[in-house]
Order: sequence, then C-alpha cells, then structure tokens
Amino acid sequence: MSDAPLQLLAIEDDAQIQRFLAAALEAHGHTLTIAATGAEGLRRATLRQPDVIIVDLGLPDMSGLDVIARLREWFRGPIIVLSARSHENDKIAALDLGADDYLTKPFGIGELLARLRVAQRHLAARDGAPQEARITAGALTIDLGAHRVQRDGVDVHLTPIEYKLLTTLARHRGKVMTHRQLLREVWGAAHVESPHYLRIYMRALRHKIENEPARPQHLLTEIGVGYRFADEPAG
Amino acid sequence: MVANTSDARPDPDELLARVRRETAQQARGRLKIFFGAAPGVGKTYAMLEAARKHKADGADVVVGYVELHGRPETEALLQGLEVLPPQNLEHRGIMLGEFDLDAALVRHPQVVVVDELAHTNHPGARHPKRWMDIVELLDAGIDVFTTVNVQHVESLNDIVAQITGVVVRETVPDRVFDAADEVELVDLPPDDLLQRLREGKVYAPDKSRHALEAFFRKGNLIALRQLALRATADRVDAALREYRDDHAISQTWAASERVLVCVGPDPLSERLVRAARRLATALHAPWHAIYVETPSLVRLPRAARDRMLQTLKLAESLGAETANLSGESVAHEVLAFAQQRNASKIIVGKPTRPRWQDRFRPTLVDEIVRFSGNIDVYVISGEAGAEPAPKPSRLPKRSSRWPAYAKSAGTTAAITVLCLLLNPYLERTNLVMLYLLGTVLAAARFGRGPSVLAAVLSVGLFDLLFVPPQYSFAVSDTQYVITFIVMLATGLIISNLAARGRRQANVARARERRASELYALSRELARSRDIGELGTILRNHLLTGLDAEAVVLLPDAEGRLQDPGRFCTRSGSEARYPVPGNDLGIAQWSYDHRQKAGHGTDTLASADAIFLPLNALQRCIGVLALRPKDAGQLDVPEQMHLIESLVNQTAIAMERVQLAQSAHDADVQVESEKLRNVLLSSISHDFRTPLASIIGAASTLNADTGKLDGTGRRNLIATIEAESRRLHRLVGNLLDLTRLTQGPVQLKRQWLALEEIVGGVLQRLHEPLAGREVAVDVPRDLPLVHADEMLLEQLLFNLVENAIKHAPHGAIEIHAEAMRDAISVTVRDHGPGLPPGEEARVFEKFHRGQVEAAQSGFGLGLTICQVIVEAHGGRISARNRADGGAELRFSLPRDEPPP
Repeated sequence: MSDAPLQLLAIEDDAQIQRFLAAALEAHGHTLTIAATGAEGLRRATLRQPDVIIVDLGLPDMSGLDVIARLREWFRGPIIVLSARSHENDKIAALDLGADDYLTKPFGIGELLARLRVAQRHLAARDGAPQEARITAGALTIDLGAHRVQRDGVDVHLTPIEYKLLTTLARHRGKVMTHRQLLREVWGAAHVESPHYLRIYMRALRHKIENEPARPQHLLTEIGVGYRFADEPAG
Repeated sequence: MVANTSDARPDPDELLARVRRETAQQARGRLKIFFGAAPGVGKTYAMLEAARKHKADGADVVVGYVELHGRPETEALLQGLEVLPPQNLEHRGIMLGEFDLDAALVRHPQVVVVDELAHTNHPGARHPKRWMDIVELLDAGIDVFTTVNVQHVESLNDIVAQITGVVVRETVPDRVFDAADEVELVDLPPDDLLQRLREGKVYAPDKSRHALEAFFRKGNLIALRQLALRATADRVDAALREYRDDHAISQTWAASERVLVCVGPDPLSERLVRAARRLATALHAPWHAIYVETPSLVRLPRAARDRMLQTLKLAESLGAETANLSGESVAHEVLAFAQQRNASKIIVGKPTRPRWQDRFRPTLVDEIVRFSGNIDVYVISGEAGAEPAPKPSRLPKRSSRWPAYAKSAGTTAAITVLCLLLNPYLERTNLVMLYLLGTVLAAARFGRGPSVLAAVLSVGLFDLLFVPPQYSFAVSDTQYVITFIVMLATGLIISNLAARGRRQANVARARERRASELYALSRELARSRDIGELGTILRNHLLTGLDAEAVVLLPDAEGRLQDPGRFCTRSGSEARYPVPGNDLGIAQWSYDHRQKAGHGTDTLASADAIFLPLNALQRCIGVLALRPKDAGQLDVPEQMHLIESLVNQTAIAMERVQLAQSAHDADVQVESEKLRNVLLSSISHDFRTPLASIIGAASTLNADTGKLDGTGRRNLIATIEAESRRLHRLVGNLLDLTRLTQGPVQLKRQWLALEEIVGGVLQRLHEPLAGREVAVDVPRDLPLVHADEMLLEQLLFNLVENAIKHAPHGAIEIHAEAMRDAISVTVRDHGPGLPPGEEARVFEKFHRGQVEAAQSGFGLGLTICQVIVEAHGGRISARNRADGGAELRFSLPRDEPPP
C-alpha cells in the first residue's frame, strides 16, 4: 500500500527521537515539522494546519494531555500519542481527551507507519463518504442501514447491545476506543464504572464473529486501555 | 569474719565497678556541698564567693535560688551574678517562691548555685524535696553548688536531736551527701557564731531571740561543730581509702564485714536503722535491713505497718539493702538470712515488754544470741518512755464468727448424745476421751474461741450429766478437776496450733500466688514476638488482680512517649481516658529518668496514676501507667512488689524481642546486600552482551568505506535492532521487578476475560511467534478472573516468552480451566524441559536454565511471574512433562463476579 504524502507535526522534545522521526518519515515521503515544546507545538499547529499530529506525553513545558485538550478545541485530524512506560495511565486519559491512537516508546518505525496509514484512511473516509452504509472487514460485513451483520455471507444474530458495541467499534475502526468511551456510547454515561459488562459482551461478540476468539482478527484487545476494530489484517 | 590479708590484689569486678562509676560521674555534673555545723556560719557567703571566683575564671555560673535571710553582705555578693527568677507556686491562695528546676535545665549553665539542699519544696513542685531537684540537675550534667547543715544529714539527724532537743524534719539522704564530689566545711568557732547572732547578722533581730534560746546554746554548738568536723573527717578518710584501693597500697581490703539490722513495727526500729548505718559506715561495710513478717504480725494495725514500711524506706535511703521475709520464727529467719549473706554483725532492739513474760517465752534477743554462732549481736536500747510495740490486733472481728461457735456447740451436743447412748457400756474416763475428741475437733476446725466454748461446754455437760452427783455441778471427786483442766488446756493448745497452721498456709498461698502469677506471665511473654503485644499481656495480667486502668506507653523513634488515647479497664473495655498532657509529661519524665513517678513516689506524688518505667538491662523500653480505682491498693507493699516484678519481667521480654528484631534486621540487610551483588554482576553481564553487539555493528557501519555489500549492511542493521529490543526487554523486566518488589503491590483488580488477555499477549508476541504453532484452549464458559489487567497480561507474556525462548521448536499450548475455587492456566512447550531437580528453583531471582547461557533475560521473567501470582493470592509451579517439555502452571483464586 503506497502512502500518500502527509503534512505531519511532531511535538517531541528528545533530540534523538526528533532525528529518527525526521529521517524515517521524510524517507517515506511525508513532510515533518518538529516542535520541541508544547507551546511551540500549539503555535506550529495553527500555522501549518497539519494532517496528523504526533504528541509526546512527556514535554518539558506543559503536560502532553493539556496539549491534546487545547488541540482538540479546533483540530479535527488524527492525533497519535507517544508515551513512555511511566505514563501508562496518561495514555487512557489522552484517548479519552480525543487522541486517536498511541505508541509506547520504544517503538519501531514500522509500527508508526502502520498507525499513520490508519489515520490516513480516516482522513480519506471523513473527506470522502460522510455516512457509510456498509462496512466490510475481511469476511465480515456490517450493513448499517439494514442492521444486519454477515460472516462469510451468513447472517450472524446479535443482541441489540452486541450490535451497538460492534457498530460503535466499527465506525471508529482503526482507532483505539477506551473502556470508558465504549461504555458511555453503548450503555450510557451511568455505566462507565462497570467495565465487566464490556468484558462479557465482548466475549459473546467475539464468539459470534471471530473464527478463533482467543486470536481475534477484528476485535483486538488493547491491554489495559480498551479495544480496537482492526480494518487491516494484524501484522 | 577475718579479713583476708594475703589477697592484696584488687578484685577485678570491684575495679570494673569503680571504672563504671567514674565514667558515670564524668557524664554527671559535680556536686559541691558547703557544709556547716549550724545556721549562720557563713555557708551561703562562702558558696557565693566560690561562685564569683568560678565566674571570674570564665565558667558559666547561674544562681538558681539563694535564701538571703536579710543578710546584706550576702546580698552584695549576688551583684554581677546571673540569678534565675524563682518559680511562683500558688498554694491555698498564697504565692510561694521556689527554685525553678525546669528553667535551670533549659538554661543549662555549667554551674547552678542552689541554697539549702535539705529544703522541702512547696506543694506543686515536681519533687517533694530540693535534693531531688539537684540530683536531676546533676543527671543533666550540670555542676551544682549547695549548702547543708549537719543536722540535716539523715544519719546524724537523731544524734542532733538528742544533743539539741530540737527535732529537724528536713533531712537529706546520706547517699546524696556521700555522693558529693566535694564537701567544703565552713567552720566558725561557737563564740564567734554567738557574737554574730547577737549582732543580728544571722537572723533578723526579732527572730533571733527565740532561735538563740532553743538552739544556739554554746554546748549545742560545740557538739554540732564536733559532729560536722567528724563527718568531714570521715569523708576525707573515705577518699584516702579509695585512693589506697586505686593504687593497691594497703592490705586492708574491705574486711568482709556485713551488718544486718532487724526491724519491727515499733518506733525503736528507726533508731536501730540509724545505729546500723553508723556502724556500717564505721566498718565500711555493706548493710541490710530486714523485716520478718510472722503470721502474728500479718494482723498488725495499719498504722504500725505503715511505720514499719517507713522504717524500711529510711534504711533504703540510708544505703541499706532491704528485704521483707516471712516465716514462723523471727529469730530463725534472721539467722538464716545472716548466714546466707555472710553477715558478721546483727543489730537488734532491746526487748521492751515486761520481764515476767520472758520466763515463759524466750525473747528475740535470747533466741538470736543462742543460735548466732560466730556472728556478733548488738543490742540497742529504746529511749525511756518510748511507746511499746503495738500489740497485734485481736483476731479480726468477723460478723460470721457465730456459725463457728454454733457448730462447735453442736459438736459438743452430738458428743453428749453419743455419751448418753454409750454411758451404760463405757467407763466415765472413756467418756472424757470422747469429749476430748470433740474439743480437739472443734479446735482444729473452728479456731480458738469456739474450741474454748467446746471445752467449757464439755466440762459443764460432763460434770452435769455423768459425774456424780448427776444433774448437779457439784463434784464429789476432786480428781475430775484435773480432767477439766486437761480438757481446757488441750483445746487451747490445739486451737493455737491449728490457727498458726492456717496462717502459715495463708502466707504460703500468697507467695504461691505471686510465684504462679510470675510464672504465668513469663510463659505468655515467651510466646509473643511483638512489643505492643507484650505490653497488652502485661496490662491484662495486672488487671486480673487489680481494679484499675492501665496502659503501656511506648516511645516513638525520637524517644517521645506516644499517647495511646486509651486506658484499658479491668472489665476489658477500652474507654477513652484523657491522658492529660500533664500525665504524659510525668510518664515521659519516668521514661527519661528510668524511675517510677506519680502516685506514692517521690516525683509528682499528687498524680492519681503511678508510672512505672519498663527498665531492661540496656535501656528503658516504655512506661506502664496504672490508675487504680482505690489508690490504697498500691500502698500494700506485696502488691507493689508483685507489680514491679511483673513490669521488670515484661521489660526484659521486650528487650529480648527488640534485640531479636535488630539481629533479624541485620540478617536481612546481609541478605539484600548479597542479592544486590548478584544483581550487579548479572546486570553487567546481561547488559554488556547486547551492548557489545550494538556497538560492534554500529561502529562497523560507521567505519565502512563502501566495502560492505547490501546484505552485509542489512545483517548488521538487523543485529542492532534485535539487540536493542533485547536490551529493552531487560530494562523492562528489571523495572517491573523493582516496582513489584518495592513494598506491597497495588493491585487494580478488574473482572477480566482470560481469552482476551491471551489474545493480547499473542498479538504482542506475534513476531517471535511467527511460524510457531500455538494451541489455545480456553473454555467458552470460563468465569471472569478478578485480577489486575496489566499484571495478568505481563504474567502470561512472560510465561509464553519463556516457552518461546527455552523451546525453539514445537507447539506452545495454553490451556485454562475452572476449578472449584480457582482458575488455573497452564503453558506447555515441547523443548528440552527443565533441568531435573531444578523445577522449583526457576522462580528464584537470577536463575537461568543454564549458567551463562546464550539466551539471556536476567532470569527475572519467572520471578516476576511468581511475584504477580502471589500478589493475587494464587500459586505457581513448574514441572517437566512426561512426554518432554516444560509445563508452567499458575492458579488464581476464583471469586464471585458482580451481578
């Protein structure tokens, strides 16, 4: 899959990582702007209007979470978070604030490029079709208009909640959804503290649409964070 | 006893004790006493002059308290000296000035000048006596200058009273006087003193006339001066002796003299004690004061008992070792004690009872003299007109005595009936025997009074019914008079013997109770390993025998006692007892000084609780605070002795626990030191290996001048990436382990679906798993697991990664099953398996399958697994499968999921 060139902004203070990002991303044809502080990042974001923003959570001048919150006041494009191990809990907070995806340091360039491809498809989907009626992923077809799910052309019977859970994930496919986000969207704001609902329904859903529920192809687990609907085969 | 003159070398123990004393003295302040024969000889003047001289020499001198008595020369000497303001105590509306001990302790100068060592403090001060204040100053390392007159020295007090006829109540214990580092005699010839007195230089003129007449007679003054000179000379003599001891000059090693004085409840005893002290001092001998409690003395009236205790206390303050013995015979106990302690001299009082009694019963003196062997016996006379020893009170009147009399009468009646029945068959003399049996029974069972009643009734009834003429008290045969007398005497003797036996039994029971209580406590104490728990054990033991509130106060790291907020009452209920700041203050004082304080002690006696320090050998562990419902309970010496024994035993147990704890801590430290070393060597190996590869590959690429082909370059780059990832894993493991083993693991438990975790792990490991077969068997209905998501994932990740690493080929199987109260997960591989015998060791830190194996990982991965499983309350085990390969299995407790 060849990548269309993207306008990227990386808000990252570490010089070695800046160098590695610049070399790798430019080699793949993207244009990268680098900001070393949160304040500079916010300024460059307004000036450059990038397609995707990469934010490191550990910034010298302000919290990466604050940067995301400020960006989300106006920025609609994908935000990818970089976090070190010590910021594990901030990762979920960042996703809840509106970040789309995350990478844990250290990461390989392959992983970053994969995330960028997902983001790119989101951009394309948003710009192209405003309301899709049908989502297809591998052998799975979700007909949003007809409220119908098929696996290998065979109808799969889902309960209303299972259906809602599946469609919520599928509409944001590629993007990590935190437990809270899913609970709020599927069960309502009153149930965000009952994550075991999610586990039980997710297991039922996997048994219905996955070939091998312990090695899922579509409904991927992001341990400690949430779930993601894979729109490209794992790997 | 004969002094052993051949042994000229100092006893090493004695030398050691002296070295200890001297070391202690260096830390303590020095006490200098200005000693005079009478008021007005110029002690205060001499003291202030010495203070000024010290100050001129650059010492930090502060005047704590000085009685001026309106003497202008003395007042002039205060000029230029720093004077502490007196502490004002209010007593019944009057403000009283008093030496301010706390201010002096806070000011902490080198020298404090305090007049009148013998002064009695006003109520409200910390100590009842000023000499106690001064002892505290000395303990705090402050030097003290003070003054004292000869009549205030405890052991000379009674002699002075004899000479002058004036009894002085304010006294200083001899040990304080003797412990003074320096005694300076301030001497003034009697004529000069009288002259000063007449000039009004000693007291204000209106006061002096009375004082003159009562005290300052020339004869008195000469005698007092002689006493003062002699006391000073004794001190000089003692100093000389000490010097000789130090330098082993003389052969006069302490002749093993030992003086024993035997005190009783009579007022004479006080004189005995003072006499013993003088004798002991003259002989430089240790001395004992003992009191023997016989069954008859148990019944002493309270006042006499108190006086006896007072006498023992006096003896203690004069330096005696005191003992409280109990036994049947005073003489026997005294001699036994004397022999046991090698006493060479016994002092007893002259008997005061009327002479005729001696004919019937030997006096104590007689008995002691008869059996004393080679011990000298000194007999001290009582003063003329001294009140006689108090009589033991009659048998305590008990309202329930009459049943004993009734039973006694009933016994006699029964005997009479029996006699009437047997009369036709028996001789009268044998009937007498039956009556005698009845009297003996009554004597043995019901005590003296009822036995006398039985005897009288028996005699009367026998006379009335059986002696001719019958039914008349007239006696025809005078022989029967003998029968009556024998019957009465037998009753009395037997009842006395029985009563004595009962009292002995009571004494023995009381002793046995103490012994068994101590034994029970020590057994319980031995079982506990926790100081707080030991305190609770002590408290509970005390409260079984005392109606009181008690608590054990323990200090924090800085040695400040902590307010536990609660006192425990006897009923076991823990009520909030407001330990007022004041009481906590007393407890703290008791802790700091390792002395008891509060009720009934010398320190702050007005408190309603008593504070006993838990003194162990090396330190004070804490303080027991005890507040009895009825303060009188603590005044019984046996009770107090028992409490103190319990406290001491607990203190020793607590110290044992503390020492064991510090020994254990030291062990742990050594262990963790070892671990750190292993860790360091392990780190240096495991980190250097990948670093060496990375540096090697990177420097090769950097130095390349175009000789490497594309494949070569790519290989080097792949090496760098692989080795970096390996390093990353090492760091991650190390961080995890540090986090998990530092303090308790904080679990964020959630309800998790196990297959989801397995899926996440397989996804994370998809690169190393590429091309490997993984068989997952997780039942669809497996209950949710209540665990920390990140930790559970890490656990499975490590297990699977371990399987990949140690079994390069073959399938990896992950199997989960639900059991009755657990959920177990097994990870199997088809590799070479674990080295036989090492199955359990794989979880040890830094354990590796093979020593220095090529594959690395610190051997930390499985250790982390173990920590995680144990944090969840589960179990983990490793074994080899029969068909080859290793099997690691863990189980987590199964909980009821929420609705």
